[in-house]
Amino acid sequence: MSSNAITIPGGRVEGKPWVDTLHEWVATVDHKRLGMLYIVYAIVFLVLGGIEILIIRIQLMHSHNDFVSPQVFNRMFTMHGTTMIFFVAMPVLFGFVNYLVPLMIGARDMAFPRLNAFSFWLSAFGGLLLYFSFLGGSGLYGAGNAPDVGWWAYAPLTARAFSPGHSSDYWTLAVLVSGFGSIGTAINIIATILCLRCPGMKLSRMPLFVWLNLVMAGMVLIVITPLSAGQIMLLIDRYLGGHFFDAQAGGSAVLWMHFFWIFGHPEVYVLIIPCFAFMSEIIPVFSRKPIFGYPVMVAATICIGFVSLSVWAHHMFTVGMNSYANSFFAITTMAVGVPTGIKIFNWIGTMWGGRILFKTPMLFSIAFLFQFLLAGLTGIMLACVPFDWQLSLSYFVVAHFHYVIVGGILFALFGAFYYWYPKMTGRMLSERLGKWHFWLFLIGFHLTFDVMHIPGLLGMPRRIYTYEPGRGWDTLNLIVTIGAFIQAVAILVFVWNLVISYFKGAEAGNDPWDAWTLEWSASSPPLPYNFAKVPVVASRRPLWDLKHPEDPDSQYE
Amino acid sequence: MTAAAITLPEQQPWTLPYRGKVAMACLIIAESAIFTIFVVAYLFYVGKSLTGPTPREVLETPIFFTICLLSSSLTIHFAGKFLEKGKRIAFLSLWSLTILLGGAFLFGTGQEWHRLIYERGLTISTNLFGTTYYSLVGLHAFHVTVGLIMLLIVAIFAFAGRVGTEHTRRVEVLSMYWHFVDAVWVVVFTVVYVLGR
Repeated sequence: MSSNAITIPGGRVEGKPWVDTLHEWVATVDHKRLGMLYIVYAIVFLVLGGIEILIIRIQLMHSHNDFVSPQVFNRMFTMHGTTMIFFVAMPVLFGFVNYLVPLMIGARDMAFPRLNAFSFWLSAFGGLLLYFSFLGGSGLYGAGNAPDVGWWAYAPLTARAFSPGHSSDYWTLAVLVSGFGSIGTAINIIATILCLRCPGMKLSRMPLFVWLNLVMAGMVLIVITPLSAGQIMLLIDRYLGGHFFDAQAGGSAVLWMHFFWIFGHPEVYVLIIPCFAFMSEIIPVFSRKPIFGYPVMVAATICIGFVSLSVWAHHMFTVGMNSYANSFFAITTMAVGVPTGIKIFNWIGTMWGGRILFKTPMLFSIAFLFQFLLAGLTGIMLACVPFDWQLSLSYFVVAHFHYVIVGGILFALFGAFYYWYPKMTGRMLSERLGKWHFWLFLIGFHLTFDVMHIPGLLGMPRRIYTYEPGRGWDTLNLIVTIGAFIQAVAILVFVWNLVISYFKGAEAGNDPWDAWTLEWSASSPPLPYNFAKVPVVASRRPLWDLKHPEDPDSQYE
Repeated sequence: MTAAAITLPEQQPWTLPYRGKVAMACLIIAESAIFTIFVVAYLFYVGKSLTGPTPREVLETPIFFTICLLSSSLTIHFAGKFLEKGKRIAFLSLWSLTILLGGAFLFGTGQEWHRLIYERGLTISTNLFGTTYYSLVGLHAFHVTVGLIMLLIVAIFAFAGRVGTEHTRRVEVLSMYWHFVDAVWVVVFTVVYVLGR
């Protein structure tokens, strides 16, 4: 869009040497480039974490399998969990937030561009540290080459006696470093949203995407930090001979569990709230209606933010807390379902009576609504303490939280990819490949995670590397493994789509979806300074006002 | 479809908060969460050490150094005020006094640790009290050190004549951090020297 561009005399030099391009990317402080770096980095780790889970699934395909040793199996599920949460889900969401928030609020960059770059490289360095443990984790003891303590790293597994060598140190440092990166990004997001909004963009006019990510960033400040504190204590224990989690000196293993889950449970909401944010942008655009219940959506999100801080010990019902604590955490866990239900109601309210366009982003969004509801329902089941006593540490729990993370977070993310890829690259993703990706992934997902509930109910525990025949688990596990491979094929289709569409996709133009938020008024991809003139807004849907001057939203505010 | 075509009907002045202050407030919230976890660990382990020495036996309340640190909050506050009014000498002297008071506090912590380690035989690996005490007080001392380094950098620029009224907002961000470090000491002091004994 020429009218939106500043002409720089003697501007672009064609045919730059690749070293210059590389240097530009490494030294960049531009929020859009950092956003893309986050996303590409997360996709690399998604493939790594995916390979690890395929190894696990091959091992569990039938009883008495010996594809990998028990030691390797432990390393694989530890690395899979740590990778997927800290080095896939967090960075990819931060990538989208980084890319989109300044564009949506009409700013030219984040509040602290250099802090932004610093945070990204901290996270990236954390991921490298984690994977370097495959090479450097043996230390002087020849014991273990990758972390094998589980992603929750319960004490005393992490004590020097049970975890010699350096693999646990790599795990601790990787998580600590990426945590600092997350805190830096969260500070940056909040400062950007509060201080850099364009004229007219009152808090009550911000797109829901921005609102929800403001809440997410606020949560990051208080939930990532307990994990950092716990990791510092663990380092003190391992390196300075401290006794925080050393039961022989009076320390408590349960305290680590508390510190870990004070982080661990709200973390799920840190991951899902940006996905709610994606939904709140995609569903209205593809239903051709404004979002239903904007103020209630904001209130429900803030409510989730608060309530989710007091639910963590539902991960610990089997530890043996007293019945008052059990009741408290059961009630809060069920209560957090209420604002979440309000949100699902509002999204359905948005779709109700709308002219729904079944493009790929919308397909993923509808699947998200359906699956996230089911995931929430098994969550409510597990919030019942006696039920949890029966099924905690079984595959039912594994199926539940993968339903949240894959069926909820990953589906929402795929929707976001299809929705914003045109903005980021200037090219549309192929709808044909997108449909293939969607249906393959949907079938694979349900084959894997619907079926996975059943061995859990039959009593199959988590984290076992193999099992006896004759328990009725074999066929179910085989189906789960087949589903996992179908998902892997779908991911390959997706990555292929990302690559091929970058070169051969249809030209997107500035506003391919006829959307209403400010990012679609910038060119695709946006210029380094985003907006030649800082926009001024008068309503929640500034582009609607622009396209329909005879009936702008602003006259109803 | 130029962005300029979107106009604001009511031309009210558009002011937003200063990004430095917002970011520092966020950092303080995050740091508070870290300190909360360490304080919880301290309180959880009070009286649970299997061996001595106990806090009652070895701790001495550092009243003088506490007064130093707390009064440095006052000096940095007034230093900021003087900078705003352009009174350079008053700013410089109060700023330097803040550094001296903070330095005195750090010296006090060092002295106490030296006494505990060499006279009382309490190290971070002696017992749970040692682990939690050195971690919590050490975490605070680390924050004082970081604060002092930043104060020193400002002092160096100030003595070179490079800090003027236009930097008031930035200096205020730094003094927010320093107030936070002082406030944390009130909590740490209460937990370690009052409740923990």
